Amino acid sequence: MTATAAIDAAGLVKTFGGLRAVDGIDLDVRQGEIFGVLGPNGAGKTTTLKMLATLLPIDAGQARVFGVDVAREPHRVRQLLGVTGQYASVDEDLTATENLWLFGRLQGLRSADARAAARRLLGQFGLEDAADKPIAQFSGGMRRRLDLAASLITRPPLIFLDEPTTGLDPRTRGQMWDTIRGLVADGCTVLLTTQYLDEADQLADRIAVIDHGRKVAEGTPEELKTSVGDSALQLRLAPDADTGLARQVVRRVTGAEPVLTPESGRMNVPLDTPDQAADVLIGFRQAGVTVISVSVAKPTLDEVFLAITGHGTGQAGDPDAAGPAAAERPPLEVK
Amino acid sequence: MSTATVNPVPPAGRVPPRVVDPAAAVARTRPRPSAAEAVSQTLSMAWRALKKMRRNPEQFFDVTLQPLLFTAMFAYVFGGAISGNVRGYLPLMIPGIVAQTVLTTCMSSGVQLREDMDKGVFDRFKALPIARIAPLAGPMIADLVRYLIAAGLTFVMGLIIGYRPGGGVPGVLGAIALAIFTGWSIAWVFTWVGTIARNARSVQGFSMLILFPLTFLSNAFVPVRTLPSGLAAFVKINPVSHLVSATRDLANHAAISGEVGWTLLAGLVVIAVFAPLSVRSYRRHL
Repeated sequence: MTATAAIDAAGLVKTFGGLRAVDGIDLDVRQGEIFGVLGPNGAGKTTTLKMLATLLPIDAGQARVFGVDVAREPHRVRQLLGVTGQYASVDEDLTATENLWLFGRLQGLRSADARAAARRLLGQFGLEDAADKPIAQFSGGMRRRLDLAASLITRPPLIFLDEPTTGLDPRTRGQMWDTIRGLVADGCTVLLTTQYLDEADQLADRIAVIDHGRKVAEGTPEELKTSVGDSALQLRLAPDADTGLARQVVRRVTGAEPVLTPESGRMNVPLDTPDQAADVLIGFRQAGVTVISVSVAKPTLDEVFLAITGHGTGQAGDPDAAGPAAAERPPLEVK
Repeated sequence: MSTATVNPVPPAGRVPPRVVDPAAAVARTRPRPSAAEAVSQTLSMAWRALKKMRRNPEQFFDVTLQPLLFTAMFAYVFGGAISGNVRGYLPLMIPGIVAQTVLTTCMSSGVQLREDMDKGVFDRFKALPIARIAPLAGPMIADLVRYLIAAGLTFVMGLIIGYRPGGGVPGVLGAIALAIFTGWSIAWVFTWVGTIARNARSVQGFSMLILFPLTFLSNAFVPVRTLPSGLAAFVKINPVSHLVSATRDLANHAAISGEVGWTLLAGLVVIAVFAPLSVRSYRRHL
């Protein structure tokens, strides 16, 4: 049995002025999975999500949600989606209960049913104590949870989460992850964007890596990680060290290609196990390559990026990131 | 604060029920909202706007202070000069102030809509399967309260300083009803301005530019015969003059005159033109 894809998008394009914020992205999200869209700020993640959520017109390409065309039948698509944005989109002047009641009423629930749904969701998200407090008194984590609750009132089969844990403390983050897993257990499909590899790793069944509006890689977290190694050995070679020789040593010991970072003399070596670090260092000592500093770290998004795209994510002042960063401003300002 | 346990462990031996069924959800979707849904969604949005008004009472400053201050100020400053005394000026002036305050009130609907549209919650409204007119029309329904306060208070203030409307209670109520209707219909113009302007401040500026000449270059505060001929010609075609004349006919004579008819017609035309324009431009913001 092949179920209709939850999202089937081909060649999505969005242009802001002269900038192609999304430049031909294909997505195939299966029912019941958590699909992660991973990329740095300004890569086009949010813009892609907004097009799929009918919040931005699609400039080229087409998208279907459970077989319903997004551009042609937006009203039907909206009935299948719950959207939770980067910034909590709940009404500041209303209480938590009033917010949920309003969103329920707007979607056709009767007043009593909307109240019951509000109570159920507030309980589910541990917000019952704050039910009648104004949103202004909510913490960041509480807002996020209320925002997600507001997306779930009518139990839509597809949930969009735009960076659901950015800015949350680790404990709240873990709670959010549990919540997201719970959604899938209920039969929902989740599309989430994130800047964090470990979040995608924890949650997603499959991941698409987006950069400069294009999809540069796709696969399971395992597949992605093997492309950069389970952890990485970060080295700084002595100024007079032979880079070519060092490369050879790495290739011989680990079987993988080291990545030279833009700063001179720095080298990242993907490792299958952190244990291999010792083998590499012994290899260097025997070959006479001098090392100034050594550290072993889990691969970061930056390294996945470096490995896949050959350039960094721009978080550390990469000039590539300056342009596309403008693309993810709210569309109202990009007239 | 309790932790968020979303997925309680199901009793042993039972598979957790799948509460979400995509195929059924797709089958349930409808291509567009029905008229009944649009009305109900608009009323829900009106409920929201009323709640916000109650929580931000400073929003009522303009509709309470302006009628009170302007009525007293204009009556005592211009009364003697224009009509010989304050009492004689009131039947001319009070309907003018009613028109002016109601128009100023509908300007603020545009400003407030614009402020609202820039908030995060509007993104959610856009993503919801609701009639596109609901987020626009809802606050305007709630604004009827503001027009009622503005028009009602002006009459009350007039009564306090000695206005005795010849139209009696039915005439005054008719005048208030007409003012509310006209205010509501003209508010669509400012709603439209709200959807096309870049920010709330520019809505304010642009709206003042329209409103100021319209209210002052009318018969609201002075008899038309005192004006130079060129200006008088403009004043006669100014829709605000018709509103003022119609309000005078109702309040002072309880007369449903041709002016009342023209004002109603003008209101309907404005709605017919600017409601669709507003919805269209609001859609384009999506």
